Amino acid sequence: MSTVSTVSTVSTMGLVDVAFWACALVAVAMGVLVFVVDSMARATYALAASFVATGGALLLMQQSYLGVVVVLMMVMEMAVMAVYMVMFMGMNPALMPMSMVHSHRAAIGVAVVTFVALGSGAVLVPWPERRGSPSPDVTEALGTAIMESHMLVMMVVGPVMVATIVVGVLLSSSRTRYDRMGDDLDQPALDPPALERREERR
Amino acid sequence: MTLETVLLVASALLAVGLYGALSQQVVVMVMMGLELMIAGVLLALGGFWWFLSPDPSGQVLLLVVLAAMTVEMATGFAVATLLHRRAGSDMTDMATELHE
Repeated sequence: MSTVSTVSTVSTMGLVDVAFWACALVAVAMGVLVFVVDSMARATYALAASFVATGGALLLMQQSYLGVVVVLMMVMEMAVMAVYMVMFMGMNPALMPMSMVHSHRAAIGVAVVTFVALGSGAVLVPWPERRGSPSPDVTEALGTAIMESHMLVMMVVGPVMVATIVVGVLLSSSRTRYDRMGDDLDQPALDPPALERREERR
Repeated sequence: MTLETVLLVASALLAVGLYGALSQQVVVMVMMGLELMIAGVLLALGGFWWFLSPDPSGQVLLLVVLAAMTVEMATGFAVATLLHRRAGSDMTDMATELHE
């Protein structure tokens, strides 16, 4: 009985290892491809694949909620990026060759030094033993934490997200009511609103 | 899968992202580099959580990093849109008003 369970544990560990290395390889290789491929569309897809693999690695560490959120968020984000490219670059992004870099060698040098420093730290530091064990339902534990003991985090993250929406709209809108009617909104409108202009054109 | 291997992969992601953030000229590509760096941070935090102290507080930290990623992305797109409207360009090298 114990032999069977040992064998099954070993095979499970083996599977997890294989899956982890597959995710790791895809994540890093696709991350490199982002800056190697010569079109922005391909770079976007490569980044999406890299993030899906990162989400997969998180899933292997039992973070079912955060892993799935990473995958969903990044897939949506890459869709937004594709729309963005078509909107602003006015090109067929898949066909446009592109290589726009500066300080290429310095950047490679800094990246290699960073990797060597962090990697040697990861290998050489005597990491402590694991303390405690994960709760049976990790997602439920996270939900309970942000609604009970760590509620402050949720209370801060919420307004930050709202502020981000406001900032995003303000920065990216071309002409707001403050542009038309002054900072106190008490000046006569500088130009007719879009509806009137459309009627004039008719 | 050990903590060391997870951290090595995270370091690789961070280094690749750093290269992109430093070397790319198009704002969107710089943002992709930053995203890769944050992905590395996420993976490293996930590894620390799972291999060292798997209690919910660590996961809350991961959630905060994820939120930071969202904020970075949304604000980055908005700034790139603003740059495009004002200067008609999406290159970092042309956004030098503060330098001049």
